[in-house]
Amino acid sequence: MRGLTLSAAAGEVVALVGPSGCGKTTALGIVAGLDRAFDGMVEVGPRPDGGPARLGYVFQEPRLLPWRSVRQNLALVLPRAQRRGPAVDAMLEALELSPFADRFPTQLSLGMARRVALARAFVVEPDLLLMDEPFVSLDEPTALRLRGLLMRLLDRRPATVLLVTHNLREALALTDRLLLLAPSPGRVVAEVPVTVPRAARDDAIIESLRRDLLSRPDPAFRLLA
Amino acid sequence: MPLASILLLLALWQAAAMTVGGRLLPTPLVVAQALLREAQDGALFHHMGVTLLRVLAAFALAMSIGVGLGLPMGRSPFVDRLFGPWLVFFLNLPALVVIVLAYVWFGLTEAAAIGAVAVNKIPNTVVLVRAGSRTIDEGLIDMARVYRLSPADRLRHVLLPQLTPTIAAAARSGLALIWKIVLVVELLGRSDGVGFQINLLFQTFDVAGILAYTIAFVAVVQLLEYGLLQPAERYCQRWRRMPADA
Repeated sequence: MRGLTLSAAAGEVVALVGPSGCGKTTALGIVAGLDRAFDGMVEVGPRPDGGPARLGYVFQEPRLLPWRSVRQNLALVLPRAQRRGPAVDAMLEALELSPFADRFPTQLSLGMARRVALARAFVVEPDLLLMDEPFVSLDEPTALRLRGLLMRLLDRRPATVLLVTHNLREALALTDRLLLLAPSPGRVVAEVPVTVPRAARDDAIIESLRRDLLSRPDPAFRLLA
Repeated sequence: MPLASILLLLALWQAAAMTVGGRLLPTPLVVAQALLREAQDGALFHHMGVTLLRVLAAFALAMSIGVGLGLPMGRSPFVDRLFGPWLVFFLNLPALVVIVLAYVWFGLTEAAAIGAVAVNKIPNTVVLVRAGSRTIDEGLIDMARVYRLSPADRLRHVLLPQLTPTIAAAARSGLALIWKIVLVVELLGRSDGVGFQINLLFQTFDVAGILAYTIAFVAVVQLLEYGLLQPAERYCQRWRRMPADA
């Protein structure tokens, strides 16, 4: 990875799209502060109230604590004083997880576990939300439902989002702007704003946007095929 | 099956006792009578209670220090290099040397006795916990960092649950080791406890008494294992056995 620059405005949803090995996950790790072995700079602005920005992270695997119930998995990421408050149950309700609140993650399907991971990321009311292929290896109907839930959550409570995906349709459906990354060294090779409002993007519009991208003469877009 | 096994052992013992005969190898019945006698005058319960308290104190001390050292050694190569040579030294230190030195340096005190027992168990716990800590899921550690879990929460909800099988193994082998060493400590420098009592019985060659105390204490340790350690372990591991029906 070299000379990688990316920025996102407050409340903007940005997709990082590219083939595997171009450093998408590494970039998220650096932004999250998990990876400190790099030369460069990460700047996350303060919250509107002046406090430090809160971070949500949906990993490629759900990464739930298998020995804690679904409810406890959500509660644990909150400050101690809020754990017994209404936030956890409200979030479980919003993601239709209430019937599963007392289950252990080992009892959940992958789709359900990903939904819990999404709930955990939103329960902290994140200012910056990092998502690493959050809907990968799900069947299409399940992935579609989860994307719908994500959009509902973002409509209710906007956050700045960096979404890593290799699924172009997913990026076009969810985000305001696509950054295309190329490997060795990992860098941004093209930037594509999506101007159609998110709510108005149906399958036909997404498909036409996709075709338009794939037919561009710029070699950067050939990586998408 | 366990019952049949115990009956077989008793039968063999009875046969051996009848062949050898006399005070040197009393029959199970004679030992049972000795047990009853010691129980009736209260000596059995007094000495067993004292020994049990020492076992529990040394066990708690050894487990907490063992986890407290083993976990950072497994997580940090620096800490491992710092304490690794100490570990080799203490692993090879004979129990008797530790006990004698503890009594010489700290006097014939309760603290010296319990400390000496713990020191004998700590290196073994450290080795087990260190190995267990090396297999900890880094993905969950990253999750804990991103969501800014406090050090206490990380320990309680992320690290220790992953170490449960290791800690359970250390606890089980620890209990067995510790009660054996506690008897030696009592024999050498305490004026009560099962070890002290066995020393007295040894001086009169009262084999029936020695066996009576031994059997009673083995039974108590088994009771701890089945009544306390195993249920605790089952509770900690309950999430593994939940059926995946969702």
